[in-house]
Amino acid sequence: MASYSTNEFRGGLKLLLDGDPYNIIENELVKPGKGQAFNRVKLRNLKTGRVIERTFKSGESAEAADVMDVDMEFSYNDGEFWYFMDPNTYEQVGAGEAAMTDAAKWLKGQELCTVTLWNGEPLLVSPPNFVELTVTETDPGLKGDTAQGGTKPATLESGAVVKVPLFIEQGEVLKVDTRSGEYVSRVKD
Amino acid sequence: MSPESKTDWQPSASFEVLQFRARLLQGIRAFFAEQDVLEVETPVLSRATITDPHLQSFSTQYLSDRLYLQTSPEFFMKRLLASGSGDIFQLCRVFRDDELGRYHNPEFSMLEWYRLGMDHHLLMDDMEALLNYLSGKLGVPISGQIPRRLSYQQAFVEALDIDPLAASAGELKAVAQQRGIEIPVGMDELDRDMWLDWLMTQGVAPSFVKQGFTFVFDYPASQAALARVSEDDPRVAHRFELFWGELELANGFYELTDAEEQRSRFEQENQQRIERGMEPVTIDEYMLTALGAGLPDCSGVAIGVDRLLMVLLSKTLISEVLAFSFQRS
Repeated sequence: MASYSTNEFRGGLKLLLDGDPYNIIENELVKPGKGQAFNRVKLRNLKTGRVIERTFKSGESAEAADVMDVDMEFSYNDGEFWYFMDPNTYEQVGAGEAAMTDAAKWLKGQELCTVTLWNGEPLLVSPPNFVELTVTETDPGLKGDTAQGGTKPATLESGAVVKVPLFIEQGEVLKVDTRSGEYVSRVKD
Repeated sequence: MSPESKTDWQPSASFEVLQFRARLLQGIRAFFAEQDVLEVETPVLSRATITDPHLQSFSTQYLSDRLYLQTSPEFFMKRLLASGSGDIFQLCRVFRDDELGRYHNPEFSMLEWYRLGMDHHLLMDDMEALLNYLSGKLGVPISGQIPRRLSYQQAFVEALDIDPLAASAGELKAVAQQRGIEIPVGMDELDRDMWLDWLMTQGVAPSFVKQGFTFVFDYPASQAALARVSEDDPRVAHRFELFWGELELANGFYELTDAEEQRSRFEQENQQRIERGMEPVTIDEYMLTALGAGLPDCSGVAIGVDRLLMVLLSKTLISEVLAFSFQRS
């Protein structure tokens, strides 16, 4: 089993503690000038999102968590699981609601997502930074109002609701930033 | 290491801080010049180094000879003292491997000085005089209150209601548990000194006055390092430390002058290194011979200049007082 010594601890390193995968957020040295050094580590539980602190005597090791990020294509949702496929190996995994968090509302199919796998099981799904989706419902557009401010809600084909400029029409394809949930532009064919 | 951002070539400290830093160094030199303490410079590279298993020396080579970068200029300064230098001080860079964090940089600036005929209490007076002088010279009101002085034993009794000179490892552990102090992963449960170090940083130092200096003196004899053991109470050694709040700033000794005692401590520490799976280091025979030739009765102290700057300027990261922090080196 792979492990890391405290002097390898740094932000982003994945450790297995009490059977759960954790991500190191911060590692601080606690060391008297003459005396034993300790590492106080702040970690996020990748299953629950909870942040904990743990101290290690310097020189100790902790088990590495088999966590990796893989780019996978969203295939379909069967009502319980969202299925993703590795385009290189064609391997398929099913992510439950906990791993999907907010990702589901941006996905209609074929999007390349980053799936964080722990021992092969999805822990977290991150949608692409930008998605292109068709407006399925919004108030009628205001012609010529391309320069003015003001927004209205628009429902997209994936189910997400975003604020869009007043000139946007039903049926148009929009580019949206999934990190902020904000409208970016219209997509012209 | 690849640059993290496009501005990482620039200093990690502001120019206001660097100007203050220059004034601090001038102030330190002026203080010692007024008192006829000689400024010295000694080698950074040495064939020998400190045996302390908690300090990791960097090493390099001159052709095929192994040389260590000094973790403190102590051994060279003691050779000067034994040769008749009289009072001396040094401002220099020192190097410690695997020490990096909010309060640690692998290379840092140290002010170290020695006073003949002073015991550790007189040297604490001398430190207070320096701090007051710098405070006045730099116009930073740090010395509004007189630094508190308390023994290591008293500090533990006040903060944790336990006698650090008598308590067993198990009793020290029980105190940690009662006080809700986390027990670190990998703690050597039977190692009294490890418990004392841990309780000092987690339970005792946090009880010191926040915006002020505290001196702690007479450390357990098991943590004597290069200090002489008390003649009145062999359980303690005449070692002291200076804190600002809970931040450790300086470490000093009423210096051990007994060469045989010093040799046996070095050998014991090298043995501890081997037990911990570390490489033993070359013992400084020149320094031991100097002690044998006669180190005058003296006390010495080393203070971290960068941490002192952090205190004077209310900075929370050591990188904020360094022209270029390790990450930008």
